[in-house]
Amino acid sequence: MPTFEPGTVIDGFRLGQMIHAGSMASIFRLDGPAGPLPLVMKIPRLGPGERAVNVIGFEVCRTVLGGLAQGPHHPTLVAYGDVETTPYLVMEYIEGCRLNDWLDRAPMPADEIARLGSAMAIALHDLHRQDVVHLDLKPTNVVFRPGGEAVLIDFGLAHHGHYPDLLAEELRIPVGNWVYMAPEQIFGVRNDPRSDVYALGGILYELATGRLPFGHPQTVAELRRRLYHDPIPPRALVPATPPWLQEIVLRCLELDARERYSSAGELAHALANPSRVELTERASRKRRGGLWTVARRRFRSRRYEPAPAPPPTRVAGSPASASCRPPRRSPAKATKTARRVATSGGSSICAAGRVRSSSLKSASPSTCSSRKKPRPR
Amino acid sequence: MGYGADPVAVLELIERYAANGAVVVLGNHDAAALGRPDDVLNRNALASVAWTRAQLGPRQHAFLTSLPLTVTKGNITFVHASAAAPEQWIYVSGLREAGESLRAAGASYVFGGHVHEQKLYYVGASGNMLEFRPMPGSPIPTANNRQWLAIVGSAGQPRDGNNAACYALFDAGRERLTFYRVPYDHAAAARKIRTAGLPERLALRIERGV
Repeated sequence: MPTFEPGTVIDGFRLGQMIHAGSMASIFRLDGPAGPLPLVMKIPRLGPGERAVNVIGFEVCRTVLGGLAQGPHHPTLVAYGDVETTPYLVMEYIEGCRLNDWLDRAPMPADEIARLGSAMAIALHDLHRQDVVHLDLKPTNVVFRPGGEAVLIDFGLAHHGHYPDLLAEELRIPVGNWVYMAPEQIFGVRNDPRSDVYALGGILYELATGRLPFGHPQTVAELRRRLYHDPIPPRALVPATPPWLQEIVLRCLELDARERYSSAGELAHALANPSRVELTERASRKRRGGLWTVARRRFRSRRYEPAPAPPPTRVAGSPASASCRPPRRSPAKATKTARRVATSGGSSICAAGRVRSSSLKSASPSTCSSRKKPRPR
Repeated sequence: MGYGADPVAVLELIERYAANGAVVVLGNHDAAALGRPDDVLNRNALASVAWTRAQLGPRQHAFLTSLPLTVTKGNITFVHASAAAPEQWIYVSGLREAGESLRAAGASYVFGGHVHEQKLYYVGASGNMLEFRPMPGSPIPTANNRQWLAIVGSAGQPRDGNNAACYALFDAGRERLTFYRVPYDHAAAARKIRTAGLPERLALRIERGV
């Protein structure tokens, strides 16, 4: 396995500073003359002793990002290497502040939570409209651009409804971040956008209380506790939490996906319009279910059946709903643009590398940068 | 060919494509029209085959006789049914049959028909076969580090309630496969079937897609 360090050149791309070293991949800034987009290279950790899911995650990340229409809520994929010889992804570097940076300030004011949450829900809705479910939403995977738009990163566990699911057979144990994982994900459901709504509910809970809704599970048995345990209502931990926020958070964290917001767009609307949130028993809940309730739910959880996932936006054989997808540029024009951008960024594309034939646009200048490294999760 | 009322026109068109370099493989209805035995044809199809055989002239007969059962070009194999036993017209309608066909072909990509509904089979990272129902018009990344078997569907003779014809385009350079459904004048095709005196069931299937 080759070593990668600043100065290493891969297919014409010169590695700069390493900005992330995770269990699945390392991420380097790319050096070179400034182009329209600041770039990073993501290199999966492969070789003896590394997890097989790393390489599959690389393939998934490449295919899902490559299939998304260009937009502000995910990094633009610029080029990629061959999965068997030189696996890497060259993507837009998202300049901004990670959600992690806000967590240390939790519990946060409700209006600030609503602002951040609404931005994340809009980003999720943009994905879901393209039949993509992120499935690994967590604070380290959300960056806010200086303008306030949320950007979702790391699509290594995502599901694209139009593509074969390369991770379908690899889920003998639930893969993803267990802290924010939706109950149906524990059972291998990978095509329900409401799983992302659940994860966002977990993040909102953390922002509102400074605590995790279901702790930090270390075993599958602990992970399954969310099938029968409620989270402690946020207002019981932080009395200043407004009822509308507790209503939103607890609705996102419903066990049954049908009881959550039906779409991230609906959640974004609720967060942006607190006065119009319909308050139910959730808003006034003061404590979580007692021992008897938990025992009853635990018994029932043995027969837990995930709710049916909603059908994809475009049903096979029905081109009539194709207009649900954002427009794309013509491939020829997009390829030309991609090559120009990649070259002007100081990197030439070698034969082994692939330049993605999607459109690119100039990134807006930014003065905000990530303030610190992500905290381990 | 074998179901419709335009076998000669279809063969003349395909012969022109073949002359320009198109890959053409023999299907079971073609083989039946040549008089080769076929155990998988139903009663309506057999009646149609007898009619079709009577329409073919020496030129069409010679063209069909020249067609191979499989063609392999680079890492792509074309076959009407299963590459495991092309002459047996095995239906690749499940993971087991798809795996057998892929193993026999030894290619990264196998394109076939015979089964009328579009489907994409692929080998997972653990070596298990997996399947996917494609969405027409949506390009699917199909990297050649895995093996893929595509059932491209049929032009006419649908089985899924959609009377549009099926086809697929594979971009080998970008390793992307796109399945398509395209409407055509199925009413005219059905009218011709009835006019030719072929079984009514064949016309209804073209109209209703079932």
